Amino acid sequence: MLTPENMVLTVGAAFVLSVIGILIGLLLLGIDRRISARMQARIGPPLLQPVIDLRKLLSKENIVPENAIPGIFNAAPIVALASSLVILLYLPIGSMVPILGGYGDLILVMYLLAVPALAMVAGGFASGSPYATVGAQREMVSMIAYELPLASAVIAIAWLLYSKGIANPFSLAVIAENPVWTLVGPLGMLGLLLLLLTLAWVTPAELSKIPFDSPEAETELAGGLLVEYSGKNLGLFTVAQGVKTLVMGGLAIAIFFPWNISPVLGLTSYAAFTADFIFFFLKVIVLMILSVTIIRTGIARFRINHVVTLFWVYLGLIGLAGLSLIILDSVFAGWF
Amino acid sequence: MTDDTGMKKAPYVVPIGPVHPALKEPVQFLFEMEGEVVKKADFAPGQTHRGIEWMGMRRNPVQIVHLTDRICGICGVTHSLSFARAVEQIVDIEVPARADYIRVIIAEFERIQSHLLWAGVAAHELGFDTLFYLAWRVREESLDVIEHITGNRINYGLVQIGGVRRDITPEQHPTIHACLDNYRGLLGKMLRLFLHDTTISIRCKETGILSFEEALHLCTVGPTARASGVVKDVRVDYPYSAYGDLEISPILPSAYGGEINGDVYDRIVVRLLEIEQSIGIIETCLKEMPAGEILWEKKLPKLLSACKKAHGEAVGRHEAPRGECLHYVAMDGHEAPAMWKIKASSYSNLHSWIPILEGEQLADIPVVVASIDPCLSCTDRVAVIRGDTRSLMTKEDLHRLSVEKTRRIQGC
Repeated sequence: MLTPENMVLTVGAAFVLSVIGILIGLLLLGIDRRISARMQARIGPPLLQPVIDLRKLLSKENIVPENAIPGIFNAAPIVALASSLVILLYLPIGSMVPILGGYGDLILVMYLLAVPALAMVAGGFASGSPYATVGAQREMVSMIAYELPLASAVIAIAWLLYSKGIANPFSLAVIAENPVWTLVGPLGMLGLLLLLLTLAWVTPAELSKIPFDSPEAETELAGGLLVEYSGKNLGLFTVAQGVKTLVMGGLAIAIFFPWNISPVLGLTSYAAFTADFIFFFLKVIVLMILSVTIIRTGIARFRINHVVTLFWVYLGLIGLAGLSLIILDSVFAGWF
Repeated sequence: MTDDTGMKKAPYVVPIGPVHPALKEPVQFLFEMEGEVVKKADFAPGQTHRGIEWMGMRRNPVQIVHLTDRICGICGVTHSLSFARAVEQIVDIEVPARADYIRVIIAEFERIQSHLLWAGVAAHELGFDTLFYLAWRVREESLDVIEHITGNRINYGLVQIGGVRRDITPEQHPTIHACLDNYRGLLGKMLRLFLHDTTISIRCKETGILSFEEALHLCTVGPTARASGVVKDVRVDYPYSAYGDLEISPILPSAYGGEINGDVYDRIVVRLLEIEQSIGIIETCLKEMPAGEILWEKKLPKLLSACKKAHGEAVGRHEAPRGECLHYVAMDGHEAPAMWKIKASSYSNLHSWIPILEGEQLADIPVVVASIDPCLSCTDRVAVIRGDTRSLMTKEDLHRLSVEKTRRIQGC
């Protein structure tokens, strides 16, 4: 199936999508900062501030601390960015078929989601600063904490598709083609809402935003994981953060809100493609504002033990409750 | 050190400061950590030396009053009021009653703005920036009123030996009342945001506990002491200026219901309730302010010659927003004072850091450090550096130096 033409096309599309993904990711960070500022009655930076920051960072030299391990220290930002971009290529964006859709599925995406965080942990430990070490420890702990609710949500969705007899239930493209809300009854609807809630709380943790930013906690660890990073490396981490924001939004959209706007507007061909593309990003922006910006503006930073308790006990239970409700729904499907 | 699994846990040291994003002023901390828990805490203040006392000893008291304004950027009136009161006691100056009331009004406004500033800093340390912006926006209004009264926002330059330099005219009353009324409304909002917010409660309750015994033993002052249940307030214990005419009682966290734990949460409660108390005090003062002069002696040469003739020593005390501030002044018939010694309120509170930090989580260090409202610019006026090596002074060293200095001053 991998003919040379196909391969060139895939690589080309991947490259174009990566560039677009980076730009939109940075724009998302700008929107987040701007809206948060408005909620705090400030004016906030220009929308393109992350791009301006990035340009500045890329023009500066990399400083590698004396007691750092340069190899790992310099590789971490590249790995973080690369893995975020790869997830982007698995996402169904608008009416576009995922570029790498045929070569993996949701499980792979979940593993890839952990890679940027792991890269940051490795970079943090490699930088040899006590702040970064503490930050890396906390990042690992919170990563372990939010994997459980995230996994319960993903497994529930895949199980739902499987139980309805849909082939290849772990593929994101298949999930996007079969909106989950149309597959369930009232009980399952409640279950899906719980799963949506779980994912909405996992998103800020995945992105290390307040209240889950204890690995970076500016006032405690002076930036934690990133404390020793500067110049180009820090710029790459910024880009990775932007792409990751886009990816997390895109993942939630693909699972829960996969509808496109072109059928409603009656568009076809390229017009439909463009309209769906823009509509997808609008959905991501709205979702991100609701689950990241509002939460991070509204509450204080949690202690790391609070983060673990929240994810393992409360959200873990909510996720499992959602899963159970979906299973119950299919069992009792004939009764309603 | 071994845990249950028999693995060795090596404590590691996290240095914080003298420059760190959580610290607004220079102080160095050394924390011996085990995982996320602080096993041992130590701190080294004295990172800045501005030589203010040295400068003061070469100036006359009227000039020093303006120098004292510049000791701290937040306590604009605390130091000048304490110093002026010390000199007034030596020279035996009767401050006009109206000036006393004006001093109280401005001191209480300072308490309001200082506590609001602290509330913002505490929120920032908790990672709650929205509340930080809110508190500082609210604070602006009190700074505007202070500017309306004194002409300055930070270094007020209001206090003069024997009174104050500016009157509060009836035309200014509506502006002040408007601000206070607005604060009454806002305060309810602040109390709700700070004390009923779940995230703040889980971070601040049972955190940084300073027991009643320790608070008493370490001679803590101000809201830090009161939050631990120590009833201590210079305004009540040793009334000065117009405070004697007012009915004030020290605020304890129990005023908000519940028991006294002496944790960070209680310190928030005490400070927020003190804002409310200050609003009441200012309103009473505005109502009861007598007419009359605002200065004991308008002509500076006359005032200076009176100061020059004076012999003696005195201590001026003031309940600053952070607690008792103390100025010791000795005068011996010269223009400049023979001795001038400042003990800022934070100096008394810094030592409580060690018991409240030990056993806390790393994540709570910023808010626990901030909870005593440290003002290091008030505290750090001298650093002892000899040659290349920095010498830390022990109790014996300090006592020896003190004895030597006393002998030198007395000329024997």
